[in-house]
Amino acid sequence: MQTTFSLGTIDWTIILIYFIFVLGIGWALKKYMKDSSAFLEAGRSLPAWVTGLAFISANLGAIEMIGMAASGAKYGMMTVHFYFIGAIPAMIFLAIFMMPFYYGSKARSVPEYLKLRFDEKTRGFNAFAFAIMTVFSSGISMYALALLATVIMPLQIDWNILGLHIGEFDFYLMISAVIVLVYMVLGGLTSAIYNEVLQFFLIVVGFAPLVFIGLKEIGGWEGLRANLPENMMHSWKFTGSADANPLGVEWFAVIMGLGFVLSFGYWTTNFLVVQRAMAAGSMSAARKTPLIGALPKMFLPALVVIPGMIALALSNLGELDIPLKAGTDVQDFDKVIPVLLMRYMPMGVLGLGITALMASFMSGMAGNVSAFNTVFTFDIYQAYIRPDKSDKHYLKVGRWTTVVGVLVSILTAYVARSFNNVMDFLQLIFAFVNAPLFAAFLLGMFWKRTTGHAAFWGLIGGTISAAVHHGFTLPAGGSVGIKGGFFGLVNTYPSEMAQNFWTAIYAFSTALILTFVITLLTKKLKTDDDLKGLVYSLTPRIKDDSKYWYQKPQVMAIVIGAIAIVLSIIFW
Amino acid sequence: MGLDIKIPIGLMFTILGLILTILGLVTAGNTEMYEQALGYNINLFSGIIMLVFGCYMLFTSRLFKKKKSEE
Repeated sequence: MQTTFSLGTIDWTIILIYFIFVLGIGWALKKYMKDSSAFLEAGRSLPAWVTGLAFISANLGAIEMIGMAASGAKYGMMTVHFYFIGAIPAMIFLAIFMMPFYYGSKARSVPEYLKLRFDEKTRGFNAFAFAIMTVFSSGISMYALALLATVIMPLQIDWNILGLHIGEFDFYLMISAVIVLVYMVLGGLTSAIYNEVLQFFLIVVGFAPLVFIGLKEIGGWEGLRANLPENMMHSWKFTGSADANPLGVEWFAVIMGLGFVLSFGYWTTNFLVVQRAMAAGSMSAARKTPLIGALPKMFLPALVVIPGMIALALSNLGELDIPLKAGTDVQDFDKVIPVLLMRYMPMGVLGLGITALMASFMSGMAGNVSAFNTVFTFDIYQAYIRPDKSDKHYLKVGRWTTVVGVLVSILTAYVARSFNNVMDFLQLIFAFVNAPLFAAFLLGMFWKRTTGHAAFWGLIGGTISAAVHHGFTLPAGGSVGIKGGFFGLVNTYPSEMAQNFWTAIYAFSTALILTFVITLLTKKLKTDDDLKGLVYSLTPRIKDDSKYWYQKPQVMAIVIGAIAIVLSIIFW
Repeated sequence: MGLDIKIPIGLMFTILGLILTILGLVTAGNTEMYEQALGYNINLFSGIIMLVFGCYMLFTSRLFKKKKSEE
């Protein structure tokens, strides 16, 4: 079977045009980067539709494009939980209840909000944890891009530079790092956001033909149904017990673990996505950002999950060979997208599809670097290293942080090379760091008594309990190590997803209880006046300035919630 | 931000759309090439959609609005 693409001149031209535009956007933005706010906060000036598309595109990097298609082949329609229950409620909550605090307070980042609401140590903990997480994610994107490039566009490279062996993997890694570096140093957060919007449209036009032809071949929805096990065709129907569905998770863990803890932890407190909303031009635009993003989010499974299901159905029919993982007889579902591109796309749209993939990897990288930049400059450098410098100084630091961020990402890309399932690994990190975080926000935003000490120790305790739970459990068939079980074995879960969801539930519950108890034992140090604009009960309700009633965030939220419910019922 | 994002998006999609549309027209009837796409001239379809989208973005961008008010 053919395993590499033969790209024509037209395909290369399309890829090249994309790179010219990416760099051109950075170049055109350079003259507006006059202060640190312009560079690190996009000057808080972008329209809601731009920040809204960037809001979901920032999360549409390596994880979605490769991981979600792989999940589509492994779990079928169960994967849509990551798009419906695992995203929409949290986005609505962020828009309606949390954005007023983020955007209305003077905070420039999520860690800075934690400092205003709680104290310095809570901010510090979050800032350092987040900085590490973003460079890791960025490195994973970079690794995925380089790996994909070597698979579909192999080059005979065997260089020896200063005793270092440079192969094709290293070559693609460096190229992508340099391009991201250049456009990020030139245009900062705006560059990242603009490229995310560009990427969103590219993914739609690049993947829609693939799904269209794939569905034609397999015979539409009925064709999928005929060639896949029934428990892959439903999202909720088989969640009565964990053993009945391919995800290995029962409904309670789906709702609590994914829908509540992981989803709210990610979409409402992860600065990578929240930063997009904070870059909006007005409070109203900031609140609409997650809502505008939620609409296309619900339809993304058609583009990223369905291809995995098509590939598995074709493979079950004996019509398609999915390559095996090196040295095993397990199908490597991470290759589903390139395999389908190869199968269906003639010259022309093939270049477009590859461009869409590259765009998603590059902006996955850039999105993380832009969030890393802001947090490092404002919450680490300005907070602990050089507090009282001029704005010009911080602009310069922001630029240099971009360089450092990309360099560290390169290192982590090599670290990521040793882990197989990128998606599960990321979920693990989110569970450790993000799950307890939402507990601190929930109590902090809605209970004015919550103290800084309590939030801090709640976060520490939650993170530790995540690690402890992971250390005492294993997924079925997993071996002791990164998969867990390093403290001994107490429980075995049917799947890694189940283990991750439960880790999140334990971490969140521990943090919630700890924060609550310690709050009662410690003295409240902030006055009600300090907490104005940071806590729900002490913040005056904002009046929305939308022109028409249907543009109000509350109305949009109800419409989006209704669409999500209808879609969930259709794909029950 | 000073740069209206609709301008680069519009330009890029117009250019890529043109390339694919022309490619689709030139290769129309080439059954061998489109066999893998089940006979659909997928370049022409994608090209036209991208061209329309690109032009829409350009016409609604600040670029066009400014020109209009100057005339």
